[in-house]
Amino acid sequence: MSPRLQSRLPLLVTATILLLLFATASVTYRYFFSAGNVVNIFTAQSSVGILAVGLTLVIFAGGIDLSVGAVAAFSTILVATLVEKHGVHPALAALFALAAGAAFGAGMAAIIQIFQQPPFLVTLAGMFFARGAAFWISTESIEIKNPLHQRLTDFTVQGGDVTFHPLPLLIFVAVLLAGHVLAHHTRFGRNLLAIGGSEQSALLMGLPVGASKIAAYTLCGATAALAGVVNTFITGSGNSTFGVGLELDAIAAVVIGGTLLTGGRGQMLGTLCGVLILGTIKSAIDFDGRLDPAWTRIIIGALLLGFILLQRLLLRRLERG
Amino acid sequence: MSEPRPSFWRRSPAVGPLAGLLLLLAINVVDGFRHDRNFLALTFHDGRFDSPVIDIFKNGSYVMVLALGMTLVIATGGIDLSVGAGMAVIGGLGATMLAGGHSVAAMLAVSAGVALSCGLVNGLLVAGARIQPIVATLALMVAGRGIAQLVTHGNVVILPKDKFDDLFHGIVCWLPLAPLLVTSLYLAVWAWLRRSAAGLFFEAAGDNETASRFAGLATGRVRCLAYALCGLGAGLAGLMKISDIGSADPFKMGDTIELDAIFAVVVGGTALSGGRICLLGTYLGALMLQTLTITMQYVGVPPAIAPMPKAVVIIAVCLMQSAVTRRWFARLTSRSPAPGVRPVEP
Repeated sequence: MSPRLQSRLPLLVTATILLLLFATASVTYRYFFSAGNVVNIFTAQSSVGILAVGLTLVIFAGGIDLSVGAVAAFSTILVATLVEKHGVHPALAALFALAAGAAFGAGMAAIIQIFQQPPFLVTLAGMFFARGAAFWISTESIEIKNPLHQRLTDFTVQGGDVTFHPLPLLIFVAVLLAGHVLAHHTRFGRNLLAIGGSEQSALLMGLPVGASKIAAYTLCGATAALAGVVNTFITGSGNSTFGVGLELDAIAAVVIGGTLLTGGRGQMLGTLCGVLILGTIKSAIDFDGRLDPAWTRIIIGALLLGFILLQRLLLRRLERG
Repeated sequence: MSEPRPSFWRRSPAVGPLAGLLLLLAINVVDGFRHDRNFLALTFHDGRFDSPVIDIFKNGSYVMVLALGMTLVIATGGIDLSVGAGMAVIGGLGATMLAGGHSVAAMLAVSAGVALSCGLVNGLLVAGARIQPIVATLALMVAGRGIAQLVTHGNVVILPKDKFDDLFHGIVCWLPLAPLLVTSLYLAVWAWLRRSAAGLFFEAAGDNETASRFAGLATGRVRCLAYALCGLGAGLAGLMKISDIGSADPFKMGDTIELDAIFAVVVGGTALSGGRICLLGTYLGALMLQTLTITMQYVGVPPAIAPMPKAVVIIAVCLMQSAVTRRWFARLTSRSPAPGVRPVEP
């Protein structure tokens, strides 16, 4: 097997599983295979997809960010409060939320980098902090009645006999493309993968380790905030209870997408496949109607495990040469 | 050891949480005076002692029992994220069995078996398949919540009245049973770790696995054992929870409690990098977290916002314990590096 193919193997396996899952569901359930349903899967997964892109960058560098779900919740409630209670223009409110998310990510990264603390622990505390801060702003969900925001929320496109809700989907695709270019076609992306592979080697090679890591966490905070902003377009409101457990879905998507959690190896497109696999499973269980929704979590857990074992096997083969 | 041993205060990592605990207690006492309420009051009625301090021990006992197993896992250089989900599985299973008319003994036996096998699955994945602990236990954390929902059919299961409330609400020697049970577990584990070579085995496996293996230690079995015990701890915590509130909620039960357990361990001075055990620190760390929760309730912080100050305190304690900060302090106070601090490469 050529090394190029071998490094892409996890992505190929993920893509195959996605296709198989989708094909099985399409054969089993009527109307599953339709443009409307595919768009629905994309739209329903757009929030988790957007923050999974930022998370992928952090995981490339061997880090982890558990605060993404809480930051997204903070961002929804911040936008809603600014727009509704303080009369701020929605675009300005969204920008402010993005800046807050980025600053939060940068702050956590600074603690991780300067004080040499485990990322897992710092971002765990960050998750508590952001969730608490969201409830501090408001414990109740706030409906956004601003006309411009409502127009964006209600913006739909009629295609055939189905109604599309294109805005979250378009933002998701744009973020994904930007993330792909950043991760695989820039020096920054290569630095992240090098740091994830071996931080010591990256340091000795003279790569900007600290700056790259802080930049990755900053971007991750910003995408988490963006996921929150996008969610306000889906629900038309801000809610501090949004995104509980979202970080687990996002991590699962990244790992199922073939990215190594230790860092140094992975594909941004794999994350897309991972997100779509989650979406397909959820949609299939909805279509079935008889299955207990509890199976979603069990299947995701089993897939997660299967992929990790697969990666382990591939790595062992690589190590043997 | 030719140089003199540093004193307890310089040496023990338990000093940090102890100081935090005393500070929080002082805040509570002062706040109690302001509101005309004695925090240290001890009353005796209905054949038992009652005090806000005893309530801290009682309500902190879940996190304490989880943190006990977690200490062992973290000492071997691992982590177990699945304890909260484990609590939900065992609690849901136990409640369903009791509600279905099974005897308490049968329920305890089945619960212990399932809890042990949950822990063993984690242990085999980490030690056998050599998967990173965060990921291996993440899988069970995600799937476990689903299993708990399946077991209870997604409902909140109500326990038969008065059938199983002794585990948490029972009274022994005028004191609540739960904290006594947990404290004696800590003492037993401490004796096992320190009066036999077991403690050394756990620490060696976490400190340098390769070297330990070459020295003839079955590191795989040691790590597996740590996860198995942690699973048992999660099971006990789950049973204590259903005994406490008389029902099992597969969604809410043990939600984010794994974080509290990990924080209790880390605040207590057992390093996340492994190779060190400080049971006293864990015990005090869990108490400190519970006291912090109570303090925020008394001071009037709404429960939803409470995670925020908690996060700040935890990060502050971690930063104070970090090698970088200690080096800064050492540089401030003297020209020689602080004892036990290894310089970190820039």
